[in-house]
Amino acid sequence: MIRFDRVSKRYEPGIDALSDLSFQVAEREMVVVNGHSGAGKSTLLKLIAAVEKCTAGAVLVGGQNVGGLSRSALPYLRRRIGMVFQDQKLLFDRSVFENVLLPLSIVGFPTRDAAQRVRAALDKVGLASREKALPVMLSGGEQQRLAIARAVVNRPNLLLADEPTAHLDSETAADVARIFHEFHHVGVTVLIATYANDLFPGARRVQLNHGKLLP
Amino acid sequence: MKVWLTHHRKAGLLALRRLVAAPVNSLLSLLAIGIALALPAGGEMLLANARQLAGTTSAAPQISIFMAANAERQAATEIESRLGKYGGIRQVLLVTREATLARMKTNPGLRDVIEALPANPFPDAFVVTATDERPEAIERLAVEFRQWPKVEHVQLDSAWVRRLDALLKLGRTSVILLGALLGAGLIAISFNIIRMQVLTHRAEIEVSQLLGATDGFIQRPFLYYGVLLGLGGGIVAWLVVGAAALWLRAPLNELLRLYELTVVLRSLDAHDSALLLGFAAGLGWVGAVISLRQHLR
Repeated sequence: MIRFDRVSKRYEPGIDALSDLSFQVAEREMVVVNGHSGAGKSTLLKLIAAVEKCTAGAVLVGGQNVGGLSRSALPYLRRRIGMVFQDQKLLFDRSVFENVLLPLSIVGFPTRDAAQRVRAALDKVGLASREKALPVMLSGGEQQRLAIARAVVNRPNLLLADEPTAHLDSETAADVARIFHEFHHVGVTVLIATYANDLFPGARRVQLNHGKLLP
Repeated sequence: MKVWLTHHRKAGLLALRRLVAAPVNSLLSLLAIGIALALPAGGEMLLANARQLAGTTSAAPQISIFMAANAERQAATEIESRLGKYGGIRQVLLVTREATLARMKTNPGLRDVIEALPANPFPDAFVVTATDERPEAIERLAVEFRQWPKVEHVQLDSAWVRRLDALLKLGRTSVILLGALLGAGLIAISFNIIRMQVLTHRAEIEVSQLLGATDGFIQRPFLYYGVLLGLGGGIVAWLVVGAAALWLRAPLNELLRLYELTVVLRSLDAHDSALLLGFAAGLGWVGAVISLRQHLR
């Protein structure tokens, strides 16, 4: 599903976020990328969705070298990937429902079916009763679950999450982790970057240290 | 196809919602665009009316021949038959002194003056239309007619028509120039408003890009916004010109009556209105396109 082939990413001037990284994630696998703050976890996820491009090596997603994709091809890659961002990137002037609807609007999903899908996604993360609320009215845990609902509403087969349990109390964090486990169980490939390494039992662990893979 | 239509409908509605969401802003923008467009549109309106006025007067150059005041009717008849045989003349119209007197008496201001005169002050006259309408040919005819007996004065009526024509051409050029300048202004206004819109919706644009939105999807609402802005400005301009025409109608009629002309000042016709709205919408769109190219990369 995902293959990193001797990937390096350097931010000018001369900061190596990732160096000579090679690993693979199989289909339907759940992988947790661990590492200290600044180890390169976020960069790794950004390379997969082609938000950033690597400076050396190749990142392959479904056999496709995403670093070589043209600007016009990028949207179609990202539609196949569900992303939960570290800063969530919710739209605060739109309701919970409209936030989750956005990915479906982007692909031109028929309106009536879209509403059903949005409600199903919200139900899945336990926000079914809050669809009219604005994101500011939600708690931190609820906002995180909203971000997950938006990431999965398109039913992607790859789910990336960047620190999805940061800033959450342990109970809420466990709740969020459970949601990721559920998606993994129904066949979604899940890749989670987090420094909390006890929340995702059963997941394969990849350890990053200063941009390098620890054996 | 259906998806494409849905995308366009939604983008159009979103643009409209954004326009309505900030009513004061939008209104002021529309006013700025509308007033800028009203100038060339108003110029075009006046020109169209002037053209119509020029069209009702004969554009074919005419020669007026005035007989001497003391000439007998006999002399006039001789000239008439001579003109009838003369080559290069399409039409000859005899206007007798009696007819001229009767026509002048219909003017209430002149009637008293004319009736105070001891005799008919008007001479017999001819209005001659030549077959060859080139100025040199007409000039040659006039020189010839001046030498005929009992002919007091020969006048080329084409002179003022040509002056009017030249004036209309100048007016047309001015309107085009004004239109081009203010059109560029409209593009600049649209460019800036769309830039502000892009800045306002930064977060949304970024998130949409991350969620797999194409450039087209992101740009569409802004393009519609530009078109709506231009179109709205065009409508404002149309209303301004219409109101101005209505308002100017009475005083203009009063002025033209003094020249014995009757013209009802008309606002822009369907063709010019469509042109105005089309141009306005198009220029709004162009401004948006340039702005997006600058600010959406």
